[in-house]
Amino acid sequence: MTLMHKILGATAAMALSAGAALAEPALIFDLGGKFDKSFNEAAFNGATRWANETGETFREIELQSEAQREQALRRFAEAGSNPIVMAGFAFGDALGQVASDYPDTSFVIIDMVVDAPNVRSVVFNEHEGSYLVGMMAAEASESGTVGFIGGMDIPLIRKFACGYAQGVKAVNPDATIIANMTGTTPAAWNDPVKGSELTKAQINQGADVVYAAAGGTGVGVLQTAADEGILSIGVDSNQNYLHPGKVLTSMLKRVDNAVFDAFSDGPGLETGFQIMGIANGGVGYAMDENNASLVNDTMKANVDAAAAKIASGELAVHDYMSDDSCPELSF
Amino acid sequence: MDFLTLIQLLDSTVRLATPLLLACLAGLFSERAGIFDIGLEGKMLAAAFFSAAIAALTGSVWLGLLAGIAASMSLSLLHGLASITFRGNQLISGVAINFLAAGLTVLIAQDWFQQGGRTPSLMGGGRFEPITLPFAEALAQVPLLGPIYSELISGHSILVYIAFATVPLTWWVLYRTRFGLRLRAVGENPAAVDTAGVSVVALRYAAVLICGVLCGIAGAYLSTALQAGFVKDMSAGRGFIALAALIFAKWRPWYALYATLLFGLFGALETRPDVIEAVIGIRVQGQLLGALPYIMTVIILAGFVGKAIPPRAGGTPYVKER
Repeated sequence: MTLMHKILGATAAMALSAGAALAEPALIFDLGGKFDKSFNEAAFNGATRWANETGETFREIELQSEAQREQALRRFAEAGSNPIVMAGFAFGDALGQVASDYPDTSFVIIDMVVDAPNVRSVVFNEHEGSYLVGMMAAEASESGTVGFIGGMDIPLIRKFACGYAQGVKAVNPDATIIANMTGTTPAAWNDPVKGSELTKAQINQGADVVYAAAGGTGVGVLQTAADEGILSIGVDSNQNYLHPGKVLTSMLKRVDNAVFDAFSDGPGLETGFQIMGIANGGVGYAMDENNASLVNDTMKANVDAAAAKIASGELAVHDYMSDDSCPELSF
Repeated sequence: MDFLTLIQLLDSTVRLATPLLLACLAGLFSERAGIFDIGLEGKMLAAAFFSAAIAALTGSVWLGLLAGIAASMSLSLLHGLASITFRGNQLISGVAINFLAAGLTVLIAQDWFQQGGRTPSLMGGGRFEPITLPFAEALAQVPLLGPIYSELISGHSILVYIAFATVPLTWWVLYRTRFGLRLRAVGENPAAVDTAGVSVVALRYAAVLICGVLCGIAGAYLSTALQAGFVKDMSAGRGFIALAALIFAKWRPWYALYATLLFGLFGALETRPDVIEAVIGIRVQGQLLGALPYIMTVIILAGFVGKAIPPRAGGTPYVKER
């Protein structure tokens, strides 16, 4: 009986791996939805780019509820999709349970670390990208006061703020940085009214560049900054187009690159911990026709020089999450 | 803290208090008639979406406002149908409306605009612009009163002035008209009103519809005056803070104004931790200020600051005969 089991198991495993070798990759979007103008859309763009370049197809699903996470993962794994990429830290628990059941399937999770032999965990060095836009904010500021508005007060957002503050201080050591968080509950991601009010409060304190890392709340920040005639900085995707000529730049988090790389590596991709920083194009700042007039050549040269230094390891940006403290900013 | 900072703080207070005030008065009408309404949040959200969506589609903010009011009133009717006509549980109906609004707005937004549950940004005539009151520029230089007039009183959108005008209007309707007397009576003792030959059902429907109108204005204020578009869940709990304010105000219009202004001030202070630090010398966490409205409501409910007695017939459907 046990022998029979082993044989059956082995055949099943072979069948699975044989199926996996032929299978399409799959992408699972988080609850924000495929066209959220931000995180999920970036993931979708990366997958689309891969499909266009290779001429192959991929499978995808948009989650409608929290309960579907594990179900979607299992369905794709059973169907032989490989690799399976999921966008969002919220998949952490579901993947932790599912990964060991499908040892021959490669999983990729973005923004979260799951410790399993067949999982690649992709995390971004948001502090490095924030450092670059912080430098630009300090150079563009005339008042010497710049603002930061975070969404929910979690370590990840403090990481953004801390990198930004370091960038600002690198250009102008005397600069004042006003940092506010919108709230302590998930409602803080979707409260543009409070985002506006925080922006006005920061303007009253003299800020003339405001960086929003606040999801839907950021819409209110960028809007108010444009209305009141100051500059703002977007986050995650390129948000320069939202208010042309009024958004200084956007801190890019290249989720699309992470998805593209995972799809290109295919089944059996290298697992473990992958850090997307400036060095490998994981984070950066956005330049396009909408902000070309706002960024002058010296500004760009300085930022690019700093980016090169960070990439080579010559300049280290402090990561708030490494020790829960920030040298340049107190919360 | 200098004078200008104080003015800016109060200016922010007015902006933050306005949606709370409208929602609080909305709840006041409904609850004074004996219909508890925890669906204020959902109605505001639905109104915020429909006003932004229609303003975006037509380019007219006034049509948007009407659409927002219509959306809010239809949810009010639903609440009325469940709790007045079918004598269902008012709290459950209210919760259902909150869920319905949260889901429907995102679904319709995605279907109409394909922008991840948002509406496009409103331009030009699609927004309520700030109004500069007469002589605001000229009087700005007058010491003390000048900045108060030009910064604090002038420069808000028309909905703010409507909201503040609604306070005396509500007082007048409730305490100086026959309709108001009957409305209050129906929340205290519907059987007596019925005996006097006045329709309890009609009065209660009128109350929830007024509630719908005011919630509609509150929602439109969020998405078309304070913001230039709808973002999912943008009411962010303001309907619940308004309910807290209503209890704090002990179901009275002028006190509702004071309560919402106080809660607005907490919100404004939350955005200016530097001011608090300068005044009291201690760094206060913004989270504490955000929680203060709830803490104060609990204190009130516990009976430390007077007693908050809700309308006696509140929450119970009226049954004419057994």
